Amino acid sequence: MAARGPGRVSVLLPTYNERDNLPLVVWLLVRTFRHSGIDFEIIIIDDGSPDGTKEVAQQLEKIYGSDKILLRPRARKLGLGTAYIHGMKYATGNFIVIMDADLSHHPKFIPEFIRKQQEGNFDIVSGTRYKGNGGVYGWDLKRKLISRGANFLTQVLLRPGASDLTGSFRLYRKEVLEKLMEKCVSKGYVFQMEMIVRARQLGFTVGEVPISFVDRVYGESKLGGNEIVSFLKGLLTLFATT
Amino acid sequence: MTKLAQWLCALALLGSAWAALALAPPGLQPPAPLRRALLPLPVYLLVAFGCYSLATVGYRLATFNDCEEAAAELQEHIRAARADLRRRGLRLGDQ
Repeated sequence: MAARGPGRVSVLLPTYNERDNLPLVVWLLVRTFRHSGIDFEIIIIDDGSPDGTKEVAQQLEKIYGSDKILLRPRARKLGLGTAYIHGMKYATGNFIVIMDADLSHHPKFIPEFIRKQQEGNFDIVSGTRYKGNGGVYGWDLKRKLISRGANFLTQVLLRPGASDLTGSFRLYRKEVLEKLMEKCVSKGYVFQMEMIVRARQLGFTVGEVPISFVDRVYGESKLGGNEIVSFLKGLLTLFATT
Repeated sequence: MTKLAQWLCALALLGSAWAALALAPPGLQPPAPLRRALLPLPVYLLVAFGCYSLATVGYRLATFNDCEEAAAELQEHIRAARADLRRRGLRLGDQ
């Protein structure tokens, strides 16, 4: 029995100061999709980057066509959640992929997400750094410890049924993402966590695919005390309200 | 029911069972050896959980995969991407 194709996949790429990485991510996305024969579109949501990201995006649109590269910028930095909502308005695919535009997520995993989705008819497929041969490059011991410790706490408190709650490389059915965006209110890491927690509450199914996360930014942006505190606050809020 | 509510319910249930047995009046007390084990049980469980947590996090830390190949592959892909994009007319920044 032949499986139905996935139809079109819309990739949402919120960007802020990604002038150097954006063309590389787009090139990899285009190559991956063409190679696997999956219909796609890439929606770039730039929040008024001062470094010229929008101009680079315009060049990419010329190179690959405005049916494949959709520029939907905003005037200023308005946050990830609203960027997804904004981008989704223009998405014509059945599935939406959210990912980072800084090359920490490699597009090569997207066909695996789709394969997994079709295998189990999942509503969400989440890339996980913590299972199978998933992993990370560029983290020192301290960063890894914080990551594993935070994830352990999250597992104990929330029992979410997914191994990587703070990951942001995921495939969603379009209707599912729309539904979730209505309900989620947190910011930052906690926002990604809340999506999975609410999804499970609403009875949506989550499949997982091991991914590799290549962090080239960590050296410049250490995980500060502030981030840890706001993560804990967010975790406790989810614990108490979901 | 929120997770917090679940925890509170579970704690209330186990807590009252423990209190009923451990703090029972002389007539209804369980046998002495059982009582000796019962009284410090909450602390034992807490310590056991602490040890489990440390062991689990430690194990997961030690087996956290380092994606050397992924990083090397990415470098190659970046080179290929830059070259191809230049050919297609993209004016890249320097890095």
